[in-house]
Amino acid sequence: MSNTLLPEITDALVACDAASAVALTQQALASGLEPLTIIKQGLVPGIEQVGERFQAGEYFLPQMVIAAKAMQQAMAVLEPELQARQQRVDSAGVVVIGTVKGDIHEIGKSLVATMMSASGFQVHDLGVDVPSQVFVHKVRETNADLVGLSALLTTTMTAQREVLRALEESGIRDRVRVILGGAPVTPEWADSIGADGYADDAVGAVQLSKRLLG
Amino acid sequence: MRPCFKLLSDALIDQIIAEGLGLLMDPGVRVHNAEALELLAAAGAPVDLDAQIAHIPEELVRRALETAPSEFHLYDLDGEPVVHYGGDSVQFDPGSAAITILDSKTQQQRPAVTNDFVDFVKLVETLPQLDAQSTAIICSDVPEEVGDLYRLYLALNYMRKPIVTGAFRKDTWWTMKELLETVAGGQQELVARPIAIFDVCPSPPLLWSDLTCQNMIDCARHRIPSELVSMPLAGATAPVTVAGAVVQHTAECMSGVTICQLAQEGAPIVWGGSPAAFDMREGTTPMGAVGTWLIDGAYTEVGKALGMPTHAYLGMTDAKVVDAQCGLESAGGTLIAALAGVNMVSGAGMMDFESCQSYEKLVIDAEIIGMAKRLIAGVDPREDPIALTLMRELGHRADYLAQPHTLRWFSHEQVLPSSVIDRKSLDGWKRQGAKTAWERAGDRVRELLAGYQPTSMSDDMRAELRAITQQAAQRFGLGELPPLPEA
Repeated sequence: MSNTLLPEITDALVACDAASAVALTQQALASGLEPLTIIKQGLVPGIEQVGERFQAGEYFLPQMVIAAKAMQQAMAVLEPELQARQQRVDSAGVVVIGTVKGDIHEIGKSLVATMMSASGFQVHDLGVDVPSQVFVHKVRETNADLVGLSALLTTTMTAQREVLRALEESGIRDRVRVILGGAPVTPEWADSIGADGYADDAVGAVQLSKRLLG
Repeated sequence: MRPCFKLLSDALIDQIIAEGLGLLMDPGVRVHNAEALELLAAAGAPVDLDAQIAHIPEELVRRALETAPSEFHLYDLDGEPVVHYGGDSVQFDPGSAAITILDSKTQQQRPAVTNDFVDFVKLVETLPQLDAQSTAIICSDVPEEVGDLYRLYLALNYMRKPIVTGAFRKDTWWTMKELLETVAGGQQELVARPIAIFDVCPSPPLLWSDLTCQNMIDCARHRIPSELVSMPLAGATAPVTVAGAVVQHTAECMSGVTICQLAQEGAPIVWGGSPAAFDMREGTTPMGAVGTWLIDGAYTEVGKALGMPTHAYLGMTDAKVVDAQCGLESAGGTLIAALAGVNMVSGAGMMDFESCQSYEKLVIDAEIIGMAKRLIAGVDPREDPIALTLMRELGHRADYLAQPHTLRWFSHEQVLPSSVIDRKSLDGWKRQGAKTAWERAGDRVRELLAGYQPTSMSDDMRAELRAITQQAAQRFGLGELPPLPEA
């Protein structure tokens, strides 16, 4: 019976059914399946199918976000088992993300964080109105590979430059890639303040990050 | 008879208001402004100072809705009351705070500079369909810190119509007030005949940021009108249903009216917004979606039921060029706004959500606005009997073109479009160069700008405005303001 559990986990994610995904993951563990097998053959194919359906225009953002959250909940079930076995999932990279100081716009940043998390990045979301030094501190603490800075207002875009300066002054700018997002942000602005890239939506941010860290 | 348009039953309006009031108590409103929290606490609202959350009781809201004026006027610079906030009056101003202009030559967006906004203000002056100016464009050739007041400074030099504006900071509001008082002739004069209204924007869900809350309180204390711009994003920062988004809008606006009236009873404030039905594929905030129009129309009905003057951001497009999508979305939103009886409709000229202004779109939108105003003027018999006498006189002759009745009424019955609208024969259209709407709009823009007449503002007053603005700009490291383009 356990051989049907993995495709059922996949189907639960595709159906955006978090409760079933979690319950089936627990059953799979109880039946003796290895956590890494559950991830690779159950969860990852599910989230990939959701991504494909989104790209095809069949799925919309609510399905993407809810499936990503279901995946996170199922991963939380597996995390202690992975630790017990001293195993870990290969991460696409460690990401620190937030909306810059003075700006409280959350949706775009959170969407990028969710999509990156679902795409295998280890994401630390600092929230909104984040001072430059908090970015610097988190990059140090997590040894991050990439920083994502969101700003929705022309008046707060300048705070993206402040974060870059703060990273520079702390001597860790060379260790991380910095990408920007937000309605008023342009590739020219990213260039002019010395960022590594700019994306205009969440899917683009994932692609850009994979390219920069690939 | 005016055409009627109704989205909500009385029972649904009552339920929306009841749920809005319920939200103000639990979970309450986040108020990140010390003065507002003090005002609310002093009035008896339970306030959690550490969490910066106010729980506003119904009786406070009801009292505020009583003391807020149900109507007021904005005045032009000649002292005439030309904009009426209240009842079912419908007026239009351009969408505000665009960060780019659609370049007339390249049809590409580029950052806007002083000259762009000055031309835009002149254009709005020459278009009779537009009732007010707005600080429509942010100029990239001055520091961002003075972007708000610089727009107002520029507009005041070229406008006669009243203006819809807003501040980006707490301190710049004071400079903007000084500019307005200078033009109005003093503080008392500005109170007696306001020439401007400030947009104040709560953040969804249920948050008053320090900046916008302070702007609202400062406006109230000086009896300068303010306009609530609540912006539920249905499906992202607000419930996805139209009615659910309107519940959130109602709660945010009621909290704004309450804080405003606690700061100064009787201060004019408008029930308005810029909601959107979140796009579930792109994650954007479409202004051209029918879901957006429904939220606007529905909250306008709630505002009217509470006796408030109303405002909405409508008549915009998400298109990036002036194309068929641009026309259909702008027309749809404008007609809904007019039918809903929104007192001030902000949006003309605006595209790419709320980020770009276009001269060409503005003159096309002026035609749409003309049509919308005509639509709500409705059908009038004009004479009694309507046509019986006239038609009996003519018998079966098709000779109406020659009748005094036609001469008397044709320009009232019909909207006479400018050359932007093509109604020529096919041959006639070809002879004129077979021009598209974009090209005809460009011709019209040039023609209108050439006919702009400078205002009669004295050189002394212009110098005073410049000195005030220059002083503010110097605080942010701008040595000399860009030169003012020729009037």
